[in-house]
Amino acid sequence: MSAFDCVIVGGGIVGAALADVLSAEGVSVALVEARSIGTGTTACGMGHLVAMDDNAAELALTAWSVALWRELADGLPATVEYDACGTLWLAADDEEMAAVSAKVANYRAAGVRAEVLDSAALYEAEPALAPGLVGALRVPEDAVLYPPVAARTFALRAQARGARLMTGCQVRELRPGGVVLANGEVLTARHVVLAAGVASPLLCPGLPISPRKGHLLITRRGAPVVHHQLVELGYLKSAHGTDGASVAFNAQPRVTGQLLLGSSRQPGDGTREVDAALLERMLKRAAMFLPGLDGLQALRVWTGLRPATPDGLPLLGPHPEKPWLWLACGHEGLGITTATGSARLVADQLLGRASVIDARPYSPARFLSASGREVAHA
Amino acid sequence: MREPALKNASVVTLRINGREVTVPVGTSVAAALAMTDSFVSRADLSGRPRGPLCGMGVCFECRATIDGVPEVLMCLTPCREDQTVVTDA
Repeated sequence: MSAFDCVIVGGGIVGAALADVLSAEGVSVALVEARSIGTGTTACGMGHLVAMDDNAAELALTAWSVALWRELADGLPATVEYDACGTLWLAADDEEMAAVSAKVANYRAAGVRAEVLDSAALYEAEPALAPGLVGALRVPEDAVLYPPVAARTFALRAQARGARLMTGCQVRELRPGGVVLANGEVLTARHVVLAAGVASPLLCPGLPISPRKGHLLITRRGAPVVHHQLVELGYLKSAHGTDGASVAFNAQPRVTGQLLLGSSRQPGDGTREVDAALLERMLKRAAMFLPGLDGLQALRVWTGLRPATPDGLPLLGPHPEKPWLWLACGHEGLGITTATGSARLVADQLLGRASVIDARPYSPARFLSASGREVAHA
Repeated sequence: MREPALKNASVVTLRINGREVTVPVGTSVAAALAMTDSFVSRADLSGRPRGPLCGMGVCFECRATIDGVPEVLMCLTPCREDQTVVTDA
């Protein structure tokens, strides 16, 4: 038996970021990961650090988190590949362009720099884009990084402060006072944090988290030169449907001269196989925006499972009927972005202190009644 | 025991970067590369040499142009008679 203040179950970027924050506060931590640090959904994503304004709670968490990443950036090793390239949200028609001014106001109210590019300014910034776009919203302080290395960096920093990293360790059961490992070993701890992404409901049945599958593709070097992370504003329409598969153009320049291309969404699909027809749809969409992609060779295609909640916000905070259990899961496609803010929110609650932003919108109690049954989302 | 240089079905001869290499049937192109004097398959962005690492189709370090097809994984490709392999190194 080993005693810790806190056992974190799940060594993805959220669990690793939390281990980093808690260990810096002098909390004794064990970070338990079934495989290796940052190799699950963390390794599948684009690593886009993006302020999103679908609702006030999402904007508050993403804006704060992107700012926290920016503070951390100078201390990250070069292998994390943090690059403050900014995001361009592309408007394909006047309707989308009309939405840009409202978004600019939202962002600025949350302290996020944002500016409108007209068509001429857009093509000056990104000459590789296909003609016909009306303009764009530029969010210059968004960034990209390489998520598995970022997760590993957090975990190693925690370890250097005395945290115990346990990789290749499957957790069998969460219970008051600790966790039971698959080999029968018990780790005792005052607090247990569940940060296991799509696997979280296996250890805590009833959590409203379901997989939302996505595809990504990386090209070989010599891709069309792009300077920002490019996302179509139509993404906002396609990304939030809850039924049926959808695709949207999303392209990210890597320092290697490669392009990382997305995106697709298949709600409720927990399989990992590449769907060739959906991939084709995704790539045709990408080639509409970046004609230079035509004929370029792909190096790899892969899929990942976003841990989606019904309202698109993560579960951060105490389980309403298990006071010893804390949740830090359900980040859907924003786990890399919001790992920093999520870690701070959960750490603040564990330590009984106030946070920079209001933690209530992310409280698991919005789905889980005190009697432990899942409640309908109002 | 060395047989005379009589061509038989148990070996194949291919060309890697212009050099002839004769290997037992069933040898992967990556293994054939290792039998030459250079185990370099490509260069990174700063020109540093990279070579086959995993040998099982995961690391993608052994990409080469094989019979005119670019970005083929040498480790998953069996050697064939008269095959032409060109690395980026």
